[in-house]
Amino acid sequence: MKVTARTHLCLGAAAVALGLALPAAAEDSADPIRLTLHDWTGQLITTTLMGEVLKAAGNNVEYVQADYLAQFAGLETGDLHVAMEIWETTGREAMDAALATGKVVNLGPTGMEAIEEWWYPAYMAERCPGLPDWEALKDPACAEAFSTPETAPKGRYLGGPVTWGGFDDERVEALGLPFEVIHAGTDAALFAELESAIQRQAPILLWVYAPHWAPAKYEGEWIRFPPYTPECYSDPAWGINPDMAYDCGKPTGPIWKVAWAGLEEKWPRAAAAVKAFTISNADMGAMITRVDLEGATVEQVVADWMAANEATWKGWIGQ
Amino acid sequence: MSDAALPAAGARPRGLAWLAAAALFALFLAWGQDLAPWAFALPRGWQVPFADWIGGFVRWLLDDASLGLFTFAEFTRFLSALLGAPYALVRAVLVEGWPAAGIPPLPWTAVVALAGLLGHRAGGWPLALLAAASFLFIALFGRWESAMLTLASIVIAVPLGIAGGLGLGILAHRRPWLARALTPVLDLMQTIPVFAYLVPVLILFGFGPVSAIVATLIYAMPPMIRITLLALARVPGEIVDLGRMVGCTRAQMTWRVMVPAAKDALMLGANQVIMLSLNMVIIASMIGAGGLGFDVLQALRRLDFGAGLEAGLAIVALAVAMDRVSQAWAGLRPEAPRAAPWPARHPYLVAALAILAAAVVAAQLWPWAQSYPQAWRLSTGDFWSRVMREINVTYFDRLEAIKTTLLVNVMLPVKRLLLGLPWAGVAALLAFAGWRLGGWRLAALAGALTVLIALTGLWEQAMTTVYLCGVSVAFAMLIGVPVGILAAGRDWLWPPVRAVIDTLQTLPSFVYLMPAVMLFRVGDFTAMLAVVAYAVVPAIRYTVLGLRGVDPRLIEAGRAMGCTRGQILRRIRLRLALPEILLGLNQTIMFALSMLVITALVGTRDLGQEVYIALTKANAGAGLVAGLCVAFIAIIADRLIQAAAARARARLGLAEEGAHGA
Repeated sequence: MKVTARTHLCLGAAAVALGLALPAAAEDSADPIRLTLHDWTGQLITTTLMGEVLKAAGNNVEYVQADYLAQFAGLETGDLHVAMEIWETTGREAMDAALATGKVVNLGPTGMEAIEEWWYPAYMAERCPGLPDWEALKDPACAEAFSTPETAPKGRYLGGPVTWGGFDDERVEALGLPFEVIHAGTDAALFAELESAIQRQAPILLWVYAPHWAPAKYEGEWIRFPPYTPECYSDPAWGINPDMAYDCGKPTGPIWKVAWAGLEEKWPRAAAAVKAFTISNADMGAMITRVDLEGATVEQVVADWMAANEATWKGWIGQ
Repeated sequence: MSDAALPAAGARPRGLAWLAAAALFALFLAWGQDLAPWAFALPRGWQVPFADWIGGFVRWLLDDASLGLFTFAEFTRFLSALLGAPYALVRAVLVEGWPAAGIPPLPWTAVVALAGLLGHRAGGWPLALLAAASFLFIALFGRWESAMLTLASIVIAVPLGIAGGLGLGILAHRRPWLARALTPVLDLMQTIPVFAYLVPVLILFGFGPVSAIVATLIYAMPPMIRITLLALARVPGEIVDLGRMVGCTRAQMTWRVMVPAAKDALMLGANQVIMLSLNMVIIASMIGAGGLGFDVLQALRRLDFGAGLEAGLAIVALAVAMDRVSQAWAGLRPEAPRAAPWPARHPYLVAALAILAAAVVAAQLWPWAQSYPQAWRLSTGDFWSRVMREINVTYFDRLEAIKTTLLVNVMLPVKRLLLGLPWAGVAALLAFAGWRLGGWRLAALAGALTVLIALTGLWEQAMTTVYLCGVSVAFAMLIGVPVGILAAGRDWLWPPVRAVIDTLQTLPSFVYLMPAVMLFRVGDFTAMLAVVAYAVVPAIRYTVLGLRGVDPRLIEAGRAMGCTRGQILRRIRLRLALPEILLGLNQTIMFALSMLVITALVGTRDLGQEVYIALTKANAGAGLVAGLCVAFIAIIADRLIQAAAARARARLGLAEEGAHGA
């Protein structure tokens, strides 16, 4: 214990010495750094955590509520500065468009890995015994078990909003699944249907992603499709169906941190801290569960994490 | 005029022409597919790349457009800073205080008491109670800070909307060319879905509350301009002449004569600005305004129906308090100045200062008087979620059966029919309707706009839109008109009905949309429910307005002639209220179209979805094109119904022109 304390002290002294030695140019501006908040819990936690760490480092921080995709307009003009969660799986297109302007930069992965796939609640395993293997879905009886009056005899698969992409219509065709893809308009609608089905123990097969509270709250399983490779999406010849692409599962992908290009110049130390930020899926899942299922506030959960992981976050800000 | 004089003689040929047109259309529908396939599916080469053109124009506006000394983008940024300063001030007073100087924001006790005081000034104790209770409700359910954040942007947007609308309306009243130029612009402002111009607004005005205020202004100002124009035109000639005789200058004429004379109608405009501004709270929260809208979105994302409802009702409380107080204020008679010492002449100002002083002192003494204590908060907790669960588990099968019946027997056949219609045939039929109802100019307008929609390549989405809105409007009228008839005849029934429709108009539809998804899944049916819930409001309001406006002497005359109640209703009251009911239909269609943005959120595949997709891809061109298609549908419907209403008026001898002609 003593040793660590002393090491910290030494490091601190070294930092002070460095600070004195370096010219003022490396100092951060006193203007507030604007971090964007979206409407899902995980992102609120990630952003609040980053913001509190920056505050501890002496930066001035402001949180701005913004839409996930509309925010890029603000990041490009420098009205907004840091977006903590851009998912490879849903935000790639918008992020690439923004990066191409040169006004937005990618500050690297958050350490969290996004999973997106077809998902079913555990009680459906009895009604369609071959699951979670995707071949089971080809069985007409199994598809019927997932059907509703509007889709019968085909099964019903509830996809994400059209804007999420995901190629589910193509996947159904390429793999020859007797399913109809219905697109939910929003994330909230998606999980409202899931909640409703689970309350009634009714059949449902839908797009679920993690980290999220749903797979933590409900028992269920991801469908196992042939694993994703880049060739599967680009080359029709690859995979089970020789004539069509998308005959495999969805890619998993990192969640990126993205910032206004001027961040590094105006707040060099803060930019370094944002780059250094990483957190694991497990830590995040635990925090989301505490907020969404146990009713703790985001601020409280973040404060607890910071108290328990002081060495980690102090490393990000070089203390 | 022959129509007005001889309605019976005019009716027959008109009926025949309609019949012939319909028969021709049906024949074309049955056999036209082989004769003219291009009329059914637009050939690819005919499609006009409007989206690219508009996108290019927006880019030019942002990057290159110059107004001489500065660029267009710099100009909008300057406007943005201009709006941002008062907003920052209000926000500091209500929400943040000045932490650097150690000054806290206005204590909640002060805001509640001041609201009560304003209510008392406007309408005595009942209104004081209502205003204070509305704010107390917000505090009680722990929404104080969010509500003050929302209030801060409303406090900036509403006066600007009213003043801007009034100013533009007065200018347009003085210069008829401006009025003519404004009309189509107003139509577009009101009917293009907000999402369509959100991207350009964001880029031009920067990301944050100011953009939200700008978007709110674009959405909420048009009714004020329209009503100002209408109200000034209706000021009786005698009053204007009197003003001239006593030698008023132009400014005196406007502010001392015309505006006071038109005050009642102008207040209706102010009411609409308030309601529409609060309508924008959800969308404003998506672009950085925060506040109650954000609370609603976040709660529903967690499926926390109780919290969503509480935040939604807080918006309703704000709307009701602001609306009722401003309405009562308009009814106040100006008091004659009295010779008395200053405090006696300004009792309310003195009271306000006293309240402020007391609240600030109290806040220093007791922390609970500064910010509403956490421990006193009420919450419905998971009560609503449990209610939903109960309904879901118990009634789902029965609801599903009703839904399937409606879907299979009504909605899907209409959808199939509409989607199968040839665009050229629809354009011809609408042009014919325009010709019969309003002459060649209306015919050209209706036909040309329909062809334009087809040329964008969005015909299928447009027809899906027409189907969804059409079915919803039919249901809204089927519910709204009978409710309106019931409420108009019974004085005790109107206040509760009014409370319900005010709530429906201001409660964010997201609050009831997600429970609807739980019971009915995503899809057209759920979308229709949301549209009907919102669009039923004008159907009820205008029916009541029309029925109450019927001259009581005519009803008396009917009674004297021995009409039964049913006869009086059908033959006299409903016939005479027909123009207003048609306007109600018109507004119902507008309300339904404005809900498209929301229906996109439950997965419909209509123009609203196109706009939403364009928003998420920040594609300004595609968004505006899809938005313009919505506006065209609205304009066609609006003009045809207006023309029909004008004919109805003329036939009943209600309109001034008709009266003069006869």
